[in-house]
Amino acid sequence: MAIAERPAAPIPEPRGVLASALAMLWRDKLACIAAVYLLLIALCAIFGPALLGNVGTGLNLQMRNAPPGSIEQGWTFIFGADALGRPILPRIVIAAQNTLGVATAAVLTSMIIGGLLGLIAGYSGGWLAVVIMRFADIVMSFPSLLLAVVVLYVFEPRVANLVLVLAITRMPVYIRTTRAEVLEIRERMYVSAARVLGASTGRILARHIAPLVVPTLITVATLDFAFVMLAESALSFLGIGIQPPEVTWGLMVAQGRNYLSSAWWLAFFPGLAIMLTTLALNLLSGWVRLATDPEQRWRLEIKKRRHA
Amino acid sequence: MGSFIARRSAQSLIALVGLVVAVFFLARLTGDPTNLYLPIDASVEAREEFRAKYGFDDPLIVQFGRFLGDLGTGDLGESIRKSRPALEVVLEAMPTTLKLAGITMGLALALAIVIGSLAAYRPGGAFDRIASVISLLGASAPDFWIAISGIILFAVTLNWLPTSGMGPPIYWVMPIAVLLVRPFGLLVQVVRGAMIGALSSAYVKTARAKGVREERVIFVHALRNSMLAVITVASDQAAGLVNGAVIVETVFGFPGVGKLMIDAIIQRDFALIQASIIVTAIAIFALNILVDIAYAMLDPRIRHH
Amino acid sequence: MPDPHHLLEVRGLAVEFHTAQGTVHALAGVDYHLDRGETLAILGESGSGKSVSASAIMNILDVPPGYITGGEILLEGKNLLEMSAAERRRINGERIAMIFQDPLAHLNPVYSAGFQIEEALRAHKSMSARDARSRAITLLEHVGIPDPARRIDDYPHQFSGGQRQRVMIAMALALRPDVLIADEPTTALDVTVQAQILELLKQLQAETGMGLLLITHDLGVVADVADRVVVMHRGRIGEGGSVRDVFKAPSQDYTRRLLAAIPGRGPHDPARAPRADAPLLEVRELCKHFPVTAGLMRRETGEVVRALDGVSFEVGAGETLGIVGESGSGKSTLARTLLRLEQPTSGEARFHGDRIFALDAERLRAFRRAFQVVFQDPFASLNPRMTVLDIVSEPWAIHKGVLPRARWRDKAAELLERVGMESSHLRRYPHQFSGGQRQRIAIARALALEPELIICDEAVSALDVSIQAQVIELLKELRDALGLSYLFIAHDLAVVRDLADRVAVMQRGKIVELGTCEQIFERPEHPYTRTLLAASPEPDPDVQTERRRRRAASFAA
Repeated sequence: MAIAERPAAPIPEPRGVLASALAMLWRDKLACIAAVYLLLIALCAIFGPALLGNVGTGLNLQMRNAPPGSIEQGWTFIFGADALGRPILPRIVIAAQNTLGVATAAVLTSMIIGGLLGLIAGYSGGWLAVVIMRFADIVMSFPSLLLAVVVLYVFEPRVANLVLVLAITRMPVYIRTTRAEVLEIRERMYVSAARVLGASTGRILARHIAPLVVPTLITVATLDFAFVMLAESALSFLGIGIQPPEVTWGLMVAQGRNYLSSAWWLAFFPGLAIMLTTLALNLLSGWVRLATDPEQRWRLEIKKRRHA
Repeated sequence: MGSFIARRSAQSLIALVGLVVAVFFLARLTGDPTNLYLPIDASVEAREEFRAKYGFDDPLIVQFGRFLGDLGTGDLGESIRKSRPALEVVLEAMPTTLKLAGITMGLALALAIVIGSLAAYRPGGAFDRIASVISLLGASAPDFWIAISGIILFAVTLNWLPTSGMGPPIYWVMPIAVLLVRPFGLLVQVVRGAMIGALSSAYVKTARAKGVREERVIFVHALRNSMLAVITVASDQAAGLVNGAVIVETVFGFPGVGKLMIDAIIQRDFALIQASIIVTAIAIFALNILVDIAYAMLDPRIRHH
Repeated sequence: MPDPHHLLEVRGLAVEFHTAQGTVHALAGVDYHLDRGETLAILGESGSGKSVSASAIMNILDVPPGYITGGEILLEGKNLLEMSAAERRRINGERIAMIFQDPLAHLNPVYSAGFQIEEALRAHKSMSARDARSRAITLLEHVGIPDPARRIDDYPHQFSGGQRQRVMIAMALALRPDVLIADEPTTALDVTVQAQILELLKQLQAETGMGLLLITHDLGVVADVADRVVVMHRGRIGEGGSVRDVFKAPSQDYTRRLLAAIPGRGPHDPARAPRADAPLLEVRELCKHFPVTAGLMRRETGEVVRALDGVSFEVGAGETLGIVGESGSGKSTLARTLLRLEQPTSGEARFHGDRIFALDAERLRAFRRAFQVVFQDPFASLNPRMTVLDIVSEPWAIHKGVLPRARWRDKAAELLERVGMESSHLRRYPHQFSGGQRQRIAIARALALEPELIICDEAVSALDVSIQAQVIELLKELRDALGLSYLFIAHDLAVVRDLADRVAVMQRGKIVELGTCEQIFERPEHPYTRTLLAASPEPDPDVQTERRRRRAASFAA
């Protein structure tokens, strides 16, 4: 029997997952830069305190409020020093651990729990779904900062509480997104086809629904990471987040607030670090969205043509 | 339309009630709310007196009933520090925050609609790129850092604007500019996306095929349909605006509800904290109802459901 | 002196689209013309470029990614492509107007019908709001909208599909244009409504003497309405001429293939006797009601929508039963209920004597293996993130023990080849295939467990006519080779005719007539069946002319 239809699109050579991911990343130059920057920051977070611990915390009253560029005492003072003479750049590197650590913990918690709750709410329906969605509505309809402020006031600003509060205030986003996706996918014809084949609920969730939901969750999480970082920084800035002697970027900005007219670099550089990191995350999240969707992936796989 | 509004209001009301209940239980979760109200160095006798006076040793249900009753009469406790009813203090600070938020949102919407529409008209063009950069920066910038950098640049170095405080309009320039950044960035993206969708829609093709002028196509046909998406996002942003207002008021010393709350935290004035939350929640609830009404007026499909 | 120019003429028009996958030559030099009072049909399948020239004429081509790379469009001798944007805007609506395929999407949902009609009027003529409104009401009445003075303020979603198209027609003809372009105006409508709309268009043309440019893929519609036709294929015009000439004596291969692919022609196959004595599938008084909710809490009002209202029939082993109905007839609900995707309100169905809705787990598995489905939408029924191999082998993953894992790949390759595809396709993803190919994959999946009965729920409705013919051939061949039974659901009688032994006609949840294929088509008894048959246009211009004559005579009488 003749098949009088146009041939299917040519398939590229099968590559390893990592290799094709790197190739796709290379196509989007901005995302590439963002990824490299984030890798750098991650390395700072992991190894920073171990490598630069002493340098960043040692008092040096000679260098009190030294301006940027005063590298006579060493390259570490390139961004200047704070009120206690501690060099800014190493402190930024050290603070990366707390800042990113808190954000990572919060995002992972809310992503996993929020995703599961959304899955339940979307697929099973019934009173459980109603309760979950009401909870999400209550949390979402209120300014997260105020909520966090109150909770931390009542329970005291320890790191664990901070992580918990950040996770809970962001959970509704994951719950709603997951539920909306699940509701939509549930009605799709290929899910009906699987039910007709006799697939069990578990199989449908695992094989048909989760693979579409997980990439969305990851995209949301990438964006959310930025938001959580900003929230934690704001809380630390207000004095309700991480407390000294621990250090985060937000706290450093707060500490520099008193010296705005005399030593602006105390507040400026840590804030810049926050900004660049969230910028990189936003850029990367766009790439993640394209890369995880087989139907949109071609944008990253084919060279762009120059049009007349 | 009436049933749509009623249904949505019921949902918001449940959320509001839930929040109030949560606030009540939150204060008692640590066991004894007295510790929240009194300074850390208060004596044991002072605590006993306080506890008895406010009935914190009564059963939880009784306390809850009293709490609700007080709410009904508008009694939200008394501010320890200021020796005035907490509600009064909060309501005094409300107008400042409302003005700040209102002007900011209005400006953000207006600017976002203009720039987003222009960006959508030529996707990939110069305007579009500018809009993308602006919104990316807006979504990434920590507001407190922008505020501080603004002060460093415009107040300290250039001396064009005052560093802090409230007063004639020039004092409002930087706070509003800082508060604008995040919602504006986000709304530009939303307007752009919605307008691109609307401009490539089937009904716009029909309008052009009818010979309608291009300005009318953009501002009568495309914009009206885009507004639905924009309003939804804008109303979500209201909660975010309060967040931003807390920061901006704190940094610039504006006597609004946000600053009130932070000061209350530092001074351990729980009645004030509680009152701020409840009043803010009610304000957001009212806003949601307004948004739902606007939504129903814009979209006839909702009106006739 | 008579005007030497045609009313509308397209000469050598070439249009390109620049996509990420390369340049597509949507139109590669196209010529046609249209004169007053005549109807020209542009006939083509999807991807032929039939709508592109219309977009170019109306200046609504998406630029980028589309570019006009050559040719002329002449309106009474003047080249539109050389005019300024302002001039073309003036021509749109006043001299050339257009109506589109999906009226719901093409009308602005937030403005009333009156607003949009008045807008068309006032875009070109200055008139007061009151005059515009009364003119709009007159127009609505003229196109057959009842109670126009009230309905003028209704919104598009408050009209039915056919009425929306009438509103679009009113809007298009508001300024009495010389040319009306109709791009698939009736494709989304039920066949009975289609007949009315086509009738309306012909009538309006007779009144105003305008030229009608009709774009369609439906040969029946061409035979019914058009005077001349041009056949488009891959951006070029194959042949053109009067409808009679082209249909009776096509000169080109593609046209011949198109005409040959039309379903439902030729003699009826003799109804085959069912194999076994007991029927394979028995359905008795099946009912499915959906409650109507309204009000604040979405409370149930007590009213119900009777999607299925006492349906009974039998299907024997090896038999094909066709189920035909328009939208709202309940045919899709029937499929979903029998597949146990919905619970019936009452009634029963038996498969091999077992009651379908009361099966225990063990029997349910056996039922699922024997009772399969192919859905309508080839784009939605395959999981876009699974490879073809995963999709076709999923039945074996669910029903463990039927086939050992080691043999999956070979068996999947075998199934693919059986449905006319290649084993190398196993590695690919659905989005890399065309609609017809995806439907074949869906059929391969349905065959994986060697079922006895397959429900084809509008399985070919979304396909082009030539692809449709191929898939129906495939289904026939599989039936003969494997002894399958089909429950073939469609809204198009012609399609069912080729495949079915017996046919059931459904209307509003009931079966109004059930008989052999020959009976239903040659000697229909129920008035609805007759209406359905009369409304489905025959791709034979003589037959259609005769039908028109008879209709006109019955009105006059």
